[in-house]
Amino acid sequence: MSKKIISLLLVAMMVMAMFAGCSKPAAEPATEPAAEPAAEATTEDATAEEAPAEDTAKVDMVMGMITDTGGLGDQSFNDSGWMGLERLEAEYGIERKVLESESADDYGPNLTSFAEAEVDIVYGVGFLFNESMAAAAAQFPNQKFAIIDSVVEADNVASITFAENEGSFLVGVIAGMTTETNKVGFIGGMKFPLIEKFEYGFKAGVKAANPDAEVISNYADSFEDAAKGKEIATVQHQQGADVIFHAAGGVGIGLIQAAEEQGFWAIGVDQDQSHISPERVLCSMIKRVDEGVYQVGQSVIDGNFEGGVHLFSIANEGVGYSDNAGNLTEEQVAAAEKWKAAIATGAFVVPQTEAEFNAFEVPEI
Amino acid sequence: MKKKINYLLENVKYPLLAIALAFLIGSIFVILTDNSPIVAYSALLDGSLGNIPKFGETLLKTTPLIMTGLAVAFAFRSGLFNIGGEGQYLVGAISTVTAAWVLQDLPGFILIPIILLAGAFGGAIWGGVPGFLKAKLGVHEVIVSIMLNYIALFLTNFLVRVTLNPSTLQGTEQKAYSVMIPEHARLLKFNEFMPVFGYSSLHVGILIAIACAVGIWFLLFKTTIGYEIRSVGHNPYASEYGGISISKNIILSMMISGGLAGLGGAMTIAGLTFKVDQSSGLPGYGFTGIAVALVGKNHPLGVLASALLFGIMSNGSRKMQFEGIPKEVVGIIQGIIIIFIAGEAMLKFMTTRKKKEEKGEVA
Repeated sequence: MSKKIISLLLVAMMVMAMFAGCSKPAAEPATEPAAEPAAEATTEDATAEEAPAEDTAKVDMVMGMITDTGGLGDQSFNDSGWMGLERLEAEYGIERKVLESESADDYGPNLTSFAEAEVDIVYGVGFLFNESMAAAAAQFPNQKFAIIDSVVEADNVASITFAENEGSFLVGVIAGMTTETNKVGFIGGMKFPLIEKFEYGFKAGVKAANPDAEVISNYADSFEDAAKGKEIATVQHQQGADVIFHAAGGVGIGLIQAAEEQGFWAIGVDQDQSHISPERVLCSMIKRVDEGVYQVGQSVIDGNFEGGVHLFSIANEGVGYSDNAGNLTEEQVAAAEKWKAAIATGAFVVPQTEAEFNAFEVPEI
Repeated sequence: MKKKINYLLENVKYPLLAIALAFLIGSIFVILTDNSPIVAYSALLDGSLGNIPKFGETLLKTTPLIMTGLAVAFAFRSGLFNIGGEGQYLVGAISTVTAAWVLQDLPGFILIPIILLAGAFGGAIWGGVPGFLKAKLGVHEVIVSIMLNYIALFLTNFLVRVTLNPSTLQGTEQKAYSVMIPEHARLLKFNEFMPVFGYSSLHVGILIAIACAVGIWFLLFKTTIGYEIRSVGHNPYASEYGGISISKNIILSMMISGGLAGLGGAMTIAGLTFKVDQSSGLPGYGFTGIAVALVGKNHPLGVLASALLFGIMSNGSRKMQFEGIPKEVVGIIQGIIIIFIAGEAMLKFMTTRKKKEEKGEVA
């Protein structure tokens, strides 16, 4: 027994020694962060020497963002929101911080821990923050909050919402003109109202451009499972769909892979996704989460932050379509622009629910 | 007395060593991300134990982990591997919301125990299915319970989207979450009677969880039922020879195990979220519960300690993210702890074998 204890003590000592050995090199990086910004500043100065005023114009603010369970690196709206803060950091020199949520019951505690740290504004990315943000906004009336994709009715919450149905309508028009089989596909992430806005806006657009076309619609019950996206896309293609649009985050990566392998058109979502496959991504529906985050952040910096709904639609370039790869024909672009102008002027309302879609009559433009 | 202390030391030294080594190796990863381990670990400690509200948030994170950890540990004692904690947790959560909606007119002091029991009951049913199939048909519980996780996930999503949606029950527009449980069905928060807990959302569920751990300890080590369950875990055929029913104890143990996980889900609903969200993935507590049980050496009181450790790491990782250290570092440390703990079992296996060989027992 005593032998064992001695060996245990020896092991403990060795561990301690390793700690001690480690702590010295570790101490160096500890001082480095202090040195690094200085080094960065000098390189910045070197590149932008003509504008040293930028340094003095630096805004001493901290902005926090909480992702949903998708986390950073989702190539979708969490990343897009983070890009918005990146722009604020580059232009105003604010400091940005992020908390990634492990599970749905992290939303509330993540909000309170940012609020408790008294950052200048807290963004909750995703409508799932709805109830917990309403509670946090009441608990911290002096803290500014912003929520993406949902409406929280409180003076200290800016609700950043998007007219996804309008952007989806435009790619629906393009899909309707492109299809040769008169069948197009839609893949949704999960069946809830937000994603249905994409679905019915898209269906209305297809109907407007090609009344004979049929839309095959499926839901993946996931925003991450690329294999499932590929599976659904393959089945839809076998049923005759030759243009498929997705609103399903990472699931869409599988759709684009299937499009590449089997030779049909995919339509991207949120950001321009043509970089994934320039030959097979026809166009993308754009949702500028980064712009929403940027504009609200700017209002905080300028001191005119306002709660309430901030709607980003076609009218203010918050949603739209893009074609970085140049796959669209002139005719398609002309048609999309025609509808875009009509929506922007409010000539008609794009449906966003099943009921509205069923009642939708294609207007004469 | 001395024997007891030795026994305790024997059981605690490997986990502690594993934890220390894991943090040591974890610091390499922190350095690789261009950060200082000292900053990282002091953020971890400050974020989880820095003041009372922060400690409250740590205990909040600990609560469901105690329950799923107990669930896994309890099943382990009867020789079963309950990997279905995720599903049992979800079924517990959805049962709680359902019971709270159906019985919402009852006064709080009756309603709260009923909805918690409903959650435990739901989890017990979900855990009982693999137990029953194992006992009666010999189907492996790992396969059944892991498959039931996904059935629970999609069943929950369906119920939330259709049956329990506010649009169905309250006539609002379609929502991505279920109806909220009524105000009087919610668990008391610590900051309502102890203002020092400040902004923390810690609720009395932690006390229930601790009571469960003590209760399970008593059940396992001080009662006939516990003796029978442990005996089946050690050697089922010898137990049967001794007059203990294998199938009865397998079903019972899986039901209790599932009930614990289900109660974990129920307390999260009644104390923190008050509703169930549509979700594209499993909540994660059931799987972390396996690690909690492993580090806690499948002992109910060990589970308490290891759940607290995981709670500290999980809550402290928020502060680490503030300091710009990716939250994955904490995941790496958790993984290394588990590897070392599992490695200990291997080490022990090898040393006992060696001893046996020396004694010439291996023949």
